[in-house]
Amino acid sequence: MKADTKLDAKIPAGPLEEKWDRYRFDLKLVNPANKKKFEIIVVGTGLAGASAAATLAELGYHVKNFCIQDSPRRAHSIAAQGGINAAKNYANDGDSVWRLFYDTIKGGDFRAREANVYRLAQISNHIIDHCVAQGIPFARDYGGFLDNRSFGGAQVSRTFYAKGQTGQQLLIGAYSALMRQVSNGMVKLFPRREMMDLVIVDGKARGIVVRNLITGEMETYDAHAVVLATGGYGNVFNLSTNAMASNVTAAFRAYKKGAYFANPCFTQIHPTCIPVHGTFQSKLTLMSESLRNDGRVWVPKKPGDKRLPGDIPESERDYFLENKYPSFGNLVPRDVASRNAKEQCDKGKGVGETGLAVYLDFEDAIKQVGENVIAGKYGNLFEMYKKITGENPYRAPMMIFPAVHYTMGGLWVDYNLMSTIPGLFVLGEANFSDHGANRLGASALMQGLADGYFVIPYTIGGYLAQTSFSNVNPSISSEFKQSVKQIHEKVEKLLSVNGKRTVSEFHRELGLILWEHCGMSRNEEGLSKSLSMVNNLRHEYWENVYVPGTGKDFNQSLENAGRVADFLEFGELMINDALARKESCGCHFNTAFQTEENEAKRDDENFCHVAAWEYTGDAQKPNSHKESLSFENVELSQRSYK
Amino acid sequence: MISKTINLTLKVWRQNREEKKGRLENYHAKDISVDMSFLEMIDVVNEDLTKNRKEPIAFDHDCREGICGMCGAVINGRVHGHEKETTLCQLHMRHFSDGDTIVIEPWRSRAFPLIKDLVVDRSALDRIIAAGGYISVNTGGAPDANGLPIAREVAETAFNAAACIGCGACVAACPNASAMLFVSAKVSHLALLPQGRPEAAKRVQAMVRLMDECGFGNCSNETECEAECPKGISILNIAWLNREFLKAEFS
Ligand code: SF4
Ligand code: FES
Repeated sequence: MKADTKLDAKIPAGPLEEKWDRYRFDLKLVNPANKKKFEIIVVGTGLAGASAAATLAELGYHVKNFCIQDSPRRAHSIAAQGGINAAKNYANDGDSVWRLFYDTIKGGDFRAREANVYRLAQISNHIIDHCVAQGIPFARDYGGFLDNRSFGGAQVSRTFYAKGQTGQQLLIGAYSALMRQVSNGMVKLFPRREMMDLVIVDGKARGIVVRNLITGEMETYDAHAVVLATGGYGNVFNLSTNAMASNVTAAFRAYKKGAYFANPCFTQIHPTCIPVHGTFQSKLTLMSESLRNDGRVWVPKKPGDKRLPGDIPESERDYFLENKYPSFGNLVPRDVASRNAKEQCDKGKGVGETGLAVYLDFEDAIKQVGENVIAGKYGNLFEMYKKITGENPYRAPMMIFPAVHYTMGGLWVDYNLMSTIPGLFVLGEANFSDHGANRLGASALMQGLADGYFVIPYTIGGYLAQTSFSNVNPSISSEFKQSVKQIHEKVEKLLSVNGKRTVSEFHRELGLILWEHCGMSRNEEGLSKSLSMVNNLRHEYWENVYVPGTGKDFNQSLENAGRVADFLEFGELMINDALARKESCGCHFNTAFQTEENEAKRDDENFCHVAAWEYTGDAQKPNSHKESLSFENVELSQRSYK
Repeated sequence: MISKTINLTLKVWRQNREEKKGRLENYHAKDISVDMSFLEMIDVVNEDLTKNRKEPIAFDHDCREGICGMCGAVINGRVHGHEKETTLCQLHMRHFSDGDTIVIEPWRSRAFPLIKDLVVDRSALDRIIAAGGYISVNTGGAPDANGLPIAREVAETAFNAAACIGCGACVAACPNASAMLFVSAKVSHLALLPQGRPEAAKRVQAMVRLMDECGFGNCSNETECEAECPKGISILNIAWLNREFLKAEFS
């Protein structure tokens, strides 16, 4: 493979265990007196963004922090339920930095960088220390020490948690640290702003253009470096577990300015979500997959069987996971469970009104251990299910269906978390770096906080100390002016199409195409077909969409229209990436590449790489770049759950 | 799920930031599946308005699973609607009947200026947190997380207070528009934990002072806040806040 000059991952030399320490020593430092001369823009206030903004301000940098919501505390990290991993080995059950590293690499099906993942595992322990010092009320045992549980099939108990609201508690921690810096005057906060463009001056990221969502005004801000922590793109599927405003726009517009987009086809589908109730469903709700520890998954044997679950005798039920995977049963990994559920529904064996659901049945568990024990374990989840569906899972089986949950792909970054644009750093779910082709449960919170609290504060210093900067004044800079002009034109164009279909109608249609053809299982024919479907839909969008209101106002329809316009383009990039990866790995399951046991079959010979895409112009095919992955510390193995 | 649909009449508050006066406008919500959430019902009405070339109703929302604290409106006089411990996004239409008329209004408080329709500016709550709702610890250098055991009940009580989602419903529910429940939840969460003790006195004074400056009213024990709080934050927190505050003032 030809070495790609722009794709130098800058992985430090030396043994894996020492890379990060040595590298931090080698990094140039910014003189403390000089830090206040640097300004840094951070876009996003989730775990990665808020922790980065707070920590950079603590170090003495001036930070401008932007978010789309009315308050930084509302970022989507808040919705994470399960927990956060760390290699503390408090349970004394054999965990270690090395094991967390190994599990993460293997869980990602060997499509992540060794050096990044090892660093993540090392940092994991500091995160827990810091969060406890911040006052995060993690669960504790009777001795007053931190409690751990095993999560998502892990064989050790390394997950720290705060009831089912770990994300919320961690985010409030990062948010309070951020607000402390706001009151110190080190962070200037800009809520209700949406990033519309990245501005590059002399080849470096030097600022952003945002839309003030209250007034509609385009505002320009400059800095010496820009940090994107804008989350994942799961909402390209329209229905996902993401919050309504989660979008790809910031990342995609950076892509259009030259940042490469890596592995966009890697999207994780979560098996235990509450099924869709109808066309106007706006989002999907995840229920912790711990439910599969006691629930049994089944569908009727006969397609189209519309009897109530209680009327279907044992002999006419198909416990398809237990039958197909006798040793793991209902506890097979997320992607295997999801794929099998969809397969059953595609055969017409799905249950519920839409036929897009399978049962998750607790009857046997309740018989065995009693309703009290089950309520003790899952009480909250059962309540939530009842609230949303109006059905009582103690009496009748739950219905579940897979849903898009997390995106492993994202902007390409090197070991410093810097993209292919100098001065543009990308953190958290918005980058591609640590989870390979599939993410382990309870690892998203860990990565977001590692990037923000413990990686960027060092690496951004290395960049600032070594770079010379020209003066930039957004009010006279031609780059800023040009960018504002283009955004205005785009907004005006959206408002003037004046067609017949609403933005949501397009979004729903895009979502269905991608779910069907670029979702949990893919094949060449479907992907090619969907490419032209998405292309047509995009053309129709610009001729037939109707966006009410004006650009000079609080206009949620317009906000949405801009995001969906980007999703329509981004969808094509995802499909192209899926088409180019002629193997199966992790969540990317191409039916042409599977083992006899229906497992994803990797092709390490030809696809042991990160696919990074370079924008070449609207409606042009993107250029493909490859960063090859080398594994020096672990052996590549094939997983099997039979 | 047995799907049933209902028809409703909505009276929705419409007002733009620049306008001095708002008004209630009537809309019909037709064929609403009872499995929908309240916000999905508004989505349907908005889709309809859009198709008829009318401006959709502006409302804040994001997670739609009751955790981000962004949604909220007064439904028939009840903050977040009439279901107990439920955010507006988690209120489902099965709790309404065919033919109902539903009045939907924004949260009203001097400290929450109106932006548009149902959208208000709650940044005063952020300013209160900035005044002291944190533990002053810089990243790096924290001791081992298990170095300081904390009794399980203490951790749980702190968690229950920390579960506040910052939605501002307590303010909207209070006849005095007081933010006491919100402030007390943060004060208790941090004062209960040993890590938060060193700054406890300074924190409570700074937060209470800022609350007053922001134009929130005084607490006169009406307990409406507790009744409407979607996260079940207890008014015991207010008692704790008062104790912390008195301790701070007299030391
Ligand atoms: S105390 Fe309750 S009502 Fe008040 S902001 Fe917090 S969650 Fe909302
Ligand atoms: S939308 Fe997040 S709490 Fe309702």
